[in-house]
Amino acid sequence: MELIREMLSYPFLVRAFAGGILVSLCAALLGVMLVLRRYSMIGDGLSHVSFGALSVAVAAGWSPLPVSIPVVILAAFFLLRITESGKMKSDAAIAMISASALAVGIVVTSLTTGMTTDVSSYMFGSILAMSRADVWLSAAVSAVVLGLYVFCYHKIFAVTFDESFAKATGVRVSLYNVLIAVLTAVTIVLGMRMMGAMLISSLILFPALTSMRVFKSFRSVVWSSGILAVVCFCIGITASYVFSTPAGASVVLADLAAFLLFCLIRAVSAGKRKS
Amino acid sequence: MSVLITCSHVDFGYENHDAVIDLSMEVAEGDYLCVIGANGSGKSTLVKGLLGLLKPTGGTLTVAEELRRTGIGYLPQQTAAQRDFPATVYEVVLSGALSRSGNRPFYSAAEKKLAQANMERLGIASLKRHCYRELSGGQQQRVLIARALCATSRMLILDEPTTGLDPSAIQDFYRLVRKLNREEHIAILMVTHDVANIVGQASKILHLQQRVLFYGTPGDYRKTEAGRRYLGGEDGWN
Repeated sequence: MELIREMLSYPFLVRAFAGGILVSLCAALLGVMLVLRRYSMIGDGLSHVSFGALSVAVAAGWSPLPVSIPVVILAAFFLLRITESGKMKSDAAIAMISASALAVGIVVTSLTTGMTTDVSSYMFGSILAMSRADVWLSAAVSAVVLGLYVFCYHKIFAVTFDESFAKATGVRVSLYNVLIAVLTAVTIVLGMRMMGAMLISSLILFPALTSMRVFKSFRSVVWSSGILAVVCFCIGITASYVFSTPAGASVVLADLAAFLLFCLIRAVSAGKRKS
Repeated sequence: MSVLITCSHVDFGYENHDAVIDLSMEVAEGDYLCVIGANGSGKSTLVKGLLGLLKPTGGTLTVAEELRRTGIGYLPQQTAAQRDFPATVYEVVLSGALSRSGNRPFYSAAEKKLAQANMERLGIASLKRHCYRELSGGQQQRVLIARALCATSRMLILDEPTTGLDPSAIQDFYRLVRKLNREEHIAILMVTHDVANIVGQASKILHLQQRVLFYGTPGDYRKTEAGRRYLGGEDGWN
């Protein structure tokens, strides 16, 4: 209790908590769709593109968000298209794009400002990154994501489970794909500066993969992912404060611990069923 | 006997080439039509066109009013992602009623009852709370049929439904489809490679090779050159 009161006396930590919880929640809910549709790589690709865009923006002296959000949204469209058309091996294409974006970011940075703390914090995250405006934007994105889940839950299920069937029953699948791409892009840009470009995709992947270990219905996977994301984020940030470890990495380790715990639960319950 | 779908001289295709050319056929109530043909012969394009995902580039396609309202019951090819999807049987079956619920964010009691009834119809009611990914291939197909029947109980389009099933599950599956067709008069349109099994039960065969190679009864099909080659009769492969 004492610890929590102490942490919340720092305004930057309050912002980190508020923004981080919202971003983790969005990432987890979008992650359920992305992971189940085998689009996991898109999150990873987008974070690298986002890093490239941010570094270019910093080097040119532009404000980072207005530049990187449109670029990442464009990249999201592009990656979805590659994955859908199936013309090129999409996993290879995405890996190529992420490496290229990362390289552009690094080269531009080293030519201009050099590896400043700004850029390094984009790589590995910084707990100081959340500004007041970021928190508001995170709140807006979460409102949209939650609204989408509340009002279109059944359509989301249909699109995620079986795109062809959803299309045949008249769901506008491409509209949902666009929406998901845009929301994922914004979530990644928002979360990246706190979690780091290298680690942000874990916010998307871990909660869904962890929940899938144990839960057997779509509804329970969605709930569990949302709850896990928030709990792990809080544990991670608290640990980061107590042990002075980097925020992003601490959150990922908390996620990993949850994943291993769920694997254990699954193994134990499978063992019980057999005996 | 009301006609559900009529194609007259229909072309289906993409921007610059037609995958199906000059197709005329009809599906009436209680029909069991099998669409066969080599890979890339336009079978999947035809299915897309019938489902309304692709506009005909020529000719006229007429779909009965009641099918247009709730959509055609569709059983797509299974994807790899589906095989380990965390969803209960009930969730999957209920999603078939999506077109009935329109823009309502939840399902009505009638739609839930329909899902329940269709699970009972296909003998999977006891699996209601089970996880889809833990079912056998044959059970998964039953779940998908139940889902399709939630959209409509007039017509099913099945796209290579027996792919990946083991031989006994394939026979079970055909028995089930035959039962739905004969006893409940559900029109069936099945795309398949499994020609040998299908000629015994279909009422009509459509052999596509971009154009129609054959359209008629299985009996006549056996007598044609194309049929003999596909069925591997005594004088096939010459």
